[in-house]
Amino acid sequence: MITKPLHTKLLYGFILLAALLLPLYVPDPYMFQVVIMSLIFAIAVLAMNLIIGFTGQASLAHAAFFGFGAYGVAIMTKAGISFWLALPAAASISALIGLIIGPPALRTRGSYFAIVTLAFGVIVWIVAGNWVQVTGGHNGIFGIPRPTPIPIPFIGAIEFFDQPAQYYLVLVFLLLTLFIMHRIVYSIFGLTFMAVRNNEPLADAVGINTFTTKLISFVIANFFAGLAGGLYAAIIGAVSPSVAAHLLTFNFLIFLILGGMASLAGPVVGAFAIPILMELLQDLGHFRMLFFGVLLVATIIYFPRGFVGAVRQLNDKIAARRQAKS
Amino acid sequence: MLSVKYLTKNFDGLVAVKELSFDIREGEILAIIGPNGAGKSTVFNLMTGTLAPTSGKVFIHEENITGLKPYQIVKKGVARTFQTTSLFDQLRVIDNMLIAYKWRTRLGFWNTLFHTPAWKSQHDQAARNALETLDFLGLADKALAFIPTLSQEEQKRLAIGIALVCKPKLLLLDEPTGGLIQEETERIALFIKKVRDQGTTVCIIEHKMQMIMGMADRIVVLNYGQKIAEGTPDEIKTNQAVIEAYLGGDVHA
Repeated sequence: MITKPLHTKLLYGFILLAALLLPLYVPDPYMFQVVIMSLIFAIAVLAMNLIIGFTGQASLAHAAFFGFGAYGVAIMTKAGISFWLALPAAASISALIGLIIGPPALRTRGSYFAIVTLAFGVIVWIVAGNWVQVTGGHNGIFGIPRPTPIPIPFIGAIEFFDQPAQYYLVLVFLLLTLFIMHRIVYSIFGLTFMAVRNNEPLADAVGINTFTTKLISFVIANFFAGLAGGLYAAIIGAVSPSVAAHLLTFNFLIFLILGGMASLAGPVVGAFAIPILMELLQDLGHFRMLFFGVLLVATIIYFPRGFVGAVRQLNDKIAARRQAKS
Repeated sequence: MLSVKYLTKNFDGLVAVKELSFDIREGEILAIIGPNGAGKSTVFNLMTGTLAPTSGKVFIHEENITGLKPYQIVKKGVARTFQTTSLFDQLRVIDNMLIAYKWRTRLGFWNTLFHTPAWKSQHDQAARNALETLDFLGLADKALAFIPTLSQEEQKRLAIGIALVCKPKLLLLDEPTGGLIQEETERIALFIKKVRDQGTTVCIIEHKMQMIMGMADRIVVLNYGQKIAEGTPDEIKTNQAVIEAYLGGDVHA
């Protein structure tokens, strides 16, 4: 429906190329790990963007669903199930739990929905820390197997022990998530999400079942949150209750706000830029937080649509000025 | 085609609508008029499921639609507009139309995800329909514009368009010309007649007497939530109860 201008397509092409070649120029293994984590977080933030940015429902239980995915993969793969089965299963469980808690939670609106989902998130975190038989309690689960190798006839198998392989694995899932989100957002189906965000009574009056629409968005978002969590568990090799903690939800939220809500580029930019910026500002120690606090407040006041929104504004201004000149 | 039967709505003891009955006939323009606070908008909200009536029923083609939700009532062929211009103002004009056409399609998650043949054909059909309706509205050249760039009148017109795009049998208009100047009002009035001539029955709430007298086939007059008169414009003009309601109870002409 919207065709992007040529220079935008070129930019995306360049970014994709840079992403594919990243293992060649990444400075050190530590930074590589930060990048891999960013890719995983990008998937989770893209999912959060669907329910918060596009559908306008502030779900603050996002890390809980990330946690369901992470614990799901951890428990299943330790029980000997193949990663390739455990990952979709864990994501589906996460979606299913969303389908169960969605109906009661979505009976509330606005800030109340935020509070209900936040409360649910905290409950999940507490359960993860105390249900020792299943989750290992506060120690969590260690020694999660790496993703099962993919056998390829005659050549051998793709294994996931080194960073480049893990990087490409996660990159494939990020691209898949982006592809699916793109399909959703640039469609009439996706427009109904935005309709609910923009004007719920009107959406209702033009034949959109707003409750079901919100629920579908919530379930899709939770599926991808679970997917990201599952990847996290297999790449890191260990999970602890912190992967389901509300603190992580707020990290995602900060990535989303700074990167740019209700755009597809925003979550990816946010999930990348912030952790890397964090690493670069390592020398500042805890004073980093002061910097991020100011950045967050300034962004919300002056660029409510985040970095990507600000770039778009600038783009529009330049285009308008050009038009005025000609 | 649509019948309202003994409709009553109480708001915590305040009776907004009381034992109201009227019919809307196929192909007519029916106007609902009355002083401020007479319960006109409440009647619309009761008819479209936004509010649940305390008692009474609404039928469309003999089918009881009382208690259905707004999104279900649209599917019965009854579309509405709101008193304050209600649009999806973060989106473009064409998006507004596509959203309103969505329920007629099967553009759900799986079809969208896999771009099935059904998705393609229905998507094209939705786009074609949206453009046709925009053409009918005289907004074809604004399809890609964002809502805030439209004039008041264009926004009012688009609000009617959103209701029209799914080809309803009955269109309920809540003060479609509120806040517009004379010239713009006349254009909207002409447009509403055009809508009727295309085969859509229209029920309209309006304040502007001159406009209503010129366009309505029949008029229902409400006061304090009750029907005080019903008839053709000429009958209403000379109706004693109506004159009293509008000019104050003490006047006896």
